[in-house]
Amino acid sequence: MKKAAKPGSRVINIVIAGLGGQGVLKSSDMLAYAAFRSGRDVKKAEVHGMSQRGGSVTSDVRFGDRVLSPMVPPGEADYLVVLENTQVEPARHRLRDDGTLLQAAAIDRESLPTAKALNVAMLGMLSVHLDIPEPNWYEAIEAHLPGNLHEANRKAFEVGRAAAGKEKSDA
Amino acid sequence: MDNSNRLLLNGNEAVAHAALDAQVHLGTGYPGTPSTEILETLSAIGGKAQWAPNEKVAIEVAIGVAFGNGRALATMKHVGLNVAADPLFTATHTGVTGALVIVVADDPGMASSQNEQDSRRYAVAAGAPMLEPSDSQEAYDYFLSALEISHRWSTPVLLRLTTRICHSKSIVERHDVKPVTGDPYFEHDRPARVMVPAHARPAHRRLRKRLLELQAWNESSDLNTILGADSDLGIIAAGVSVAHALEAAPGARLFKLAMSYPFPIERMRAFAASVKRCVVIEEGDPVLVDACRAAGIDVTGKAEMYRFGELNVGRVKRILAGDTSDEFVPPRGKPPQLCPGCPHRTAFDILGRHDCIVAGDIGCYTLGVLPPFSAMDTCVCMGAAVGVGLGLRHVLPPVQAKKVVSVIGDSTFVHGGITGLVEMVYNPPETGHVLLILDNSTTAMTGLQEHPGTGRTLDHRETGRVVFEDLARSLGVPRVSVVDPRKPEEFEKELLDCLESGELCVLIARSPCILAAKLMRKLEKEKAGE
Repeated sequence: MKKAAKPGSRVINIVIAGLGGQGVLKSSDMLAYAAFRSGRDVKKAEVHGMSQRGGSVTSDVRFGDRVLSPMVPPGEADYLVVLENTQVEPARHRLRDDGTLLQAAAIDRESLPTAKALNVAMLGMLSVHLDIPEPNWYEAIEAHLPGNLHEANRKAFEVGRAAAGKEKSDA
Repeated sequence: MDNSNRLLLNGNEAVAHAALDAQVHLGTGYPGTPSTEILETLSAIGGKAQWAPNEKVAIEVAIGVAFGNGRALATMKHVGLNVAADPLFTATHTGVTGALVIVVADDPGMASSQNEQDSRRYAVAAGAPMLEPSDSQEAYDYFLSALEISHRWSTPVLLRLTTRICHSKSIVERHDVKPVTGDPYFEHDRPARVMVPAHARPAHRRLRKRLLELQAWNESSDLNTILGADSDLGIIAAGVSVAHALEAAPGARLFKLAMSYPFPIERMRAFAASVKRCVVIEEGDPVLVDACRAAGIDVTGKAEMYRFGELNVGRVKRILAGDTSDEFVPPRGKPPQLCPGCPHRTAFDILGRHDCIVAGDIGCYTLGVLPPFSAMDTCVCMGAAVGVGLGLRHVLPPVQAKKVVSVIGDSTFVHGGITGLVEMVYNPPETGHVLLILDNSTTAMTGLQEHPGTGRTLDHRETGRVVFEDLARSLGVPRVSVVDPRKPEEFEKELLDCLESGELCVLIARSPCILAAKLMRKLEKEKAGE
């Protein structure tokens, strides 16, 4: 499994996909914030409006030394993070040929403190691939969720990290 | 790295922060994707912001603020500017004393809109200067520039955003800002502000003179910049297209317009002459390329196929390569739908089963057009349900006319439906008519904003409430009833009785949006605790 490049190199492109209500936008906010706090240039793009009516939602996050377009160019996502199984196919074309697909199936739902924290667990999974210091992720969780949810979401993040570690050792 | 004075903001939030820092006296507008969060953020961070019943009223209020030497902000989506076009076109004649910035957010690709119009046309048509930021930092900076330009030239200024500026986050550094005007005061200036023909004729001449001055200023303004070293390829772009173009053609020389109107024609001419090939990269209508060509500047535009939808890095590469082969069509995702627990699903079930002809309107409930309901026949613009329904009633044979129902949401009714209701009373169709208001007590589609029918202000404080049934009765509507859509039998019976009656009927199906229920309970609790 490849590790994302260090600062000073090319832009890392991530697309998060799921359905309205799953927290796609919230998790992309956290990802962008974590990258921002780690000192990178960041851009993030998404489309609102119809999204909260249960339809397909995607959000693009890009970070690196300098990011130009806010949208991940067609077929250039390094990572595609999908929160809902049915959304893999509609979003797969966003991924580079050698890109990494991260799916919610890898997360054991039983081990999540709350089902709603799946989005944060997926960030945990993604985090092992990215060169963003761990404290920045926890900062992002705290900046985007009310205090009573911090603990559960830290836990979910760790569940995601552990799931990614397991996949790594299986590989 | 210390980034404590830097923020990660989307374009809407950046505009709100600029408005706060520039001490804007009042922000007003009507919710509309992708513009909605500007006023919500402004209010949340401590500025004064309020929702108007519609964009026309919003701009009028903002004009009043600016006539009183205040600093005013009005926000809306592109179609909102159609509603507000009337005051806009004359406000460029009157000019303003303080400052007035109108933020208009276009939706190329129509992620959440009924048409794909290009607001840059309004700058030309109304004679208003326009600025176009290409990221959040520029949304912040250009808002401040727009205020300065507005005050210096006594003109309303348009700040044009698009979906990818409004809803893209990037890093913003705020700076110390001095307000562009002093305290509000009123000074009579009737020839400038009372647009009777004798005053308006010189006002039009002043407008054209001002635009010439603005153009001259724009020709040398350091807001517009040339990026990149010498190159055979030159690109002219503004707004988010700049970001796409810089990435698609890293070696090119790029003329980046900040103030896209009045066009800095001579600078574009000199730029085009400095390169071998000059391409205009613009989303939407061929506005810049037409302006260049009309001035005899040798530029290339985009093929017609790229007029539709948003641009991105891939499409800009294709435009530069002159590639007009078929584009990849991504698989369709899952379309949005009415929420499974939405109480207003009942209406479309009933309308569908009785084979009604439904003149619909804009909001979540437009999704009633989709299966399993397929129970909407028209949707044109905010408020059109009423007028279109009446027109159908007037012209259709009675057997069909009697089946026509106008269906509109509560926020949309306030925005554009009330004058339609007046029309219904004034010119009643022979078969009568039924106006069904689906009242979920919020502006749901844009993300649960308050409106005059909820009796709460933008920041959820109690205020005067427009009661639809009282309004309808006061206008002389003979049959006005309120039903609970969670009681489908009663709802169905009342709707059928209305259709049968041949009278003018206003039927209000009232049940709060399930997404707003939590917020509403909290507000009720607070109210009870007072």
